Amino acid sequence: MRGVTKEFHGNRVLNRVNLDVRPGEIHGLVGENGAGKSTLMNILFGMPVIRETGGFQGEVFLGGQQVHVKSPFEAMSLGVGMVHQEFMLLPGFNVTENIKLNREATRPNLVSRLAGERLRTLDVPPMRADARAAIDRLGLEIDEWLPVAGMPVGHMQFVEIAREIDKTGIRLLVFDEPTAVLTESEAAQMLGALKRLTAAGVGVLLITHRLEEVLEVADRITVLRDGEVVATRAPAETSLEQLAELMVGRKVERGGLPARAREPGPEDRILQVRRLTVQMPGERVRGIDLDVYRGEILGIGGLAGHGKVGIANGIMGLYPATGEISKDGRQLTPGRPREALAAGLAFLSEDRRGVGLLLDESLELNMALTAMQVKGAFLRPNPALPALSLRDERAVRSFAERMIKELDIRCRGPEQVVRRLSGGNQQKVCVARALALEPDLLLVSEPTRGIDVGAKSLVLDLLVRLNRDLGMTIIMTSSELVELQKICDRIALVYGGRLAGILPPEAPAAEFGLTMAGKRKEAS
Amino acid sequence: MALSRQPAARRIQSDVLGIVRQNAVPLLFLALGLAGVLATGMNPYFLANETINRLARNSFLVLSLLIPVTAGLGLNFGIVLGAMAGQAALIAVTHWRIPGLSGLGLALALCTPLAVGLGWFAGMILNRAKGREMITSMILGFFMNGVYQLVFLFLVGTAIPMRNPAMLLTQGVGLRNTQDLELIRWSLDRLVYWRVSGFSFPVLTLLAGAALCAVLMFLARTKLGQDFRAVGQDMHVAEVAGINVDRTRIIAVIISTTLAAWGQVIFLQNIGTLNTYNSHEQVGMFAIAALLVGGATVARATVANALVGTFLFHLLFIVSPFAGQRLLGQPQVGEYFRVFVAYGVIAVALGLHAWQKRQQVLRALARDKLAAAEVSGD
Repeated sequence: MRGVTKEFHGNRVLNRVNLDVRPGEIHGLVGENGAGKSTLMNILFGMPVIRETGGFQGEVFLGGQQVHVKSPFEAMSLGVGMVHQEFMLLPGFNVTENIKLNREATRPNLVSRLAGERLRTLDVPPMRADARAAIDRLGLEIDEWLPVAGMPVGHMQFVEIAREIDKTGIRLLVFDEPTAVLTESEAAQMLGALKRLTAAGVGVLLITHRLEEVLEVADRITVLRDGEVVATRAPAETSLEQLAELMVGRKVERGGLPARAREPGPEDRILQVRRLTVQMPGERVRGIDLDVYRGEILGIGGLAGHGKVGIANGIMGLYPATGEISKDGRQLTPGRPREALAAGLAFLSEDRRGVGLLLDESLELNMALTAMQVKGAFLRPNPALPALSLRDERAVRSFAERMIKELDIRCRGPEQVVRRLSGGNQQKVCVARALALEPDLLLVSEPTRGIDVGAKSLVLDLLVRLNRDLGMTIIMTSSELVELQKICDRIALVYGGRLAGILPPEAPAAEFGLTMAGKRKEAS
Repeated sequence: MALSRQPAARRIQSDVLGIVRQNAVPLLFLALGLAGVLATGMNPYFLANETINRLARNSFLVLSLLIPVTAGLGLNFGIVLGAMAGQAALIAVTHWRIPGLSGLGLALALCTPLAVGLGWFAGMILNRAKGREMITSMILGFFMNGVYQLVFLFLVGTAIPMRNPAMLLTQGVGLRNTQDLELIRWSLDRLVYWRVSGFSFPVLTLLAGAALCAVLMFLARTKLGQDFRAVGQDMHVAEVAGINVDRTRIIAVIISTTLAAWGQVIFLQNIGTLNTYNSHEQVGMFAIAALLVGGATVARATVANALVGTFLFHLLFIVSPFAGQRLLGQPQVGEYFRVFVAYGVIAVALGLHAWQKRQQVLRALARDKLAAAEVSGD
């Protein structure tokens, strides 16, 4: 791939990226979330999303010839295969059926001669033989007749790879985080299988967060950061620390944050979390212990899919959770949002439009609704029939007007429908709603996602003001490490659904990189 | 370890328990049916003949539900559309006064293109309502019922020129409430009719059902059948593998609707009268209830489920009015009971489906909790 540049809505996510994979080579590709790895792969596979957002600049060559890949199927026919991060297997099918999915061997019968190809009978023995051959090429002991459901995760990964190599004429195989879900021995086995593949002349592009893995198996390693190739190295010329530093890169200026009357300290715990597990799809939390101190801003960071988003959602009770959560020494039942809200917690969801807002209701109602529900605020008391208390329109209006002024929400007025607001202003409405609850602990998830650059710093400033001026404790979850480093007092990093470490914001970049890659054991 | 060393008797016992648990629904209905038979003390010949008769006329309709279940569309309440197509064809044949087997054949031929069209239409709509196919197909049935009524209540005799005092209402517009299908009655059932020592068999109707079973089993072994299963398990995975998911689903609905149309024609040639505005209405409900009684679920249904279910459901249908009469002096109670059973079975099956999905999430949660406890060291 030569000089690949891609813009999304004027936002340059890839800048003149050059990447080449030789036949028989394992090429490692590493980078943080948002470094542009997936966009690069989407271009390679001709995903429709690239075309829909205006195409890309640059050229793609395969076997020395320029290609214009227009769809994933075309990529497939050119001999480019992908092993997906999430499994693309059908649980009810057995190994053979999965490997031969939509490429089944068939033989004609009486009906198919009249009614077309699709009514041909499945020819099982050759399918089975092909599957066996593909599994053998990986050097594996799996029965090709076993159902996939109930298989160990590692074996599923192998079935997926076997499917790719069963496709004839495979030349380049892309692995997206193949070992993320594997145990160590399974991962070793899997990397061994990769080497067998390259020995047969297939080029392998290995995308992973596990730096030690690439160092071990890759012939060359490319580091991508902010859409640019910052280095291509052979493993011998580099080290784990250097890679981690290259990946995270940036020096962050912190400073300019106002001082506090009283610095938070470990003696004053506001929230204590023990053995928290959260069943949030794609962001599972597998047992986390965490203490939050009164008056601090605690950051939660980590790579996508490792459970950072699940923590706040679990504490608030939005997804099924187990474990102990206590606020100011009082126990909260996991899975009860109302209880969490009543205890003085408020939550700005990462899913602003889905969970955070009633998009077709007015600004003022959005701001007041949760407080009305939970605390009975903004209601005119009706002692006879409490359930039929009426909304206090005047109180709602005056609160909304105050918030619009204080948070600088750009809108036509308190009655405007929230859907029409920009992302940054919607986020501010969420903040206002949280403030209406008068919380002492605010959980903020991805507060700057989908907001343009200018509004981002406004939102961050707002969080700092809430913390410094109102003494609100804040737990901020974000995929953007820079943000966390900018405003947090401590940054907790998660890996594989567990706590990997808590770092001060001024810790060296390499340390952040290593902790996020799960290489560093809990120190504190 | 301990499990594998348990005595043989215990193992057999647990095997039996497993079989019972897996087939809880059909066994429950078998018990209910047998209790009813014993309570009424029915004439066994009457019971057997009635059961054979109902099995013959209903199994086709129930079998028409299987393919959408395989393809992940759930229970196709939309077979009502097929039933309407079948009835429209029968009305035409009756109007033209074409008797016997040729009338029946013509009805089958006429309803086919109509049902294919309706199935295509329903499939298109269901593709836009992925994940909500069952409720959508049910509402679609209500909607098409409106179109059906418009055609046969207002357009017949006005826009559609038809003069037939025997079939039309007295003012000459709209069909009568009941249509006599005497011309084609039993044209299939009695074409080959075996009477063996008190039992009677409508051989060809039974054969038609058997043939359909064979066709369905054949389909399951083809590429198309494999695609149905793949799409049914995970549309996304199937799509990525290059299967045209939308097209496959439409084919499934078309097959189902067409089979339902034929099924309704077979059903009505046995009944002999057409309840113009009602015959089709409950076809979906009753067929689905029968399939569920046979132990099928929203996600899995086999030919055996369909046949066993039809048998058990109709056994209960035959028995319950008599049981009501005998036990409470009130046939209405039995009548009430069987309607209650039909809807109750559907409700329970849908509830069970949701419950099982939730159990999967809870099990995963329990696993994580265990892992978390290990990490914390307690």
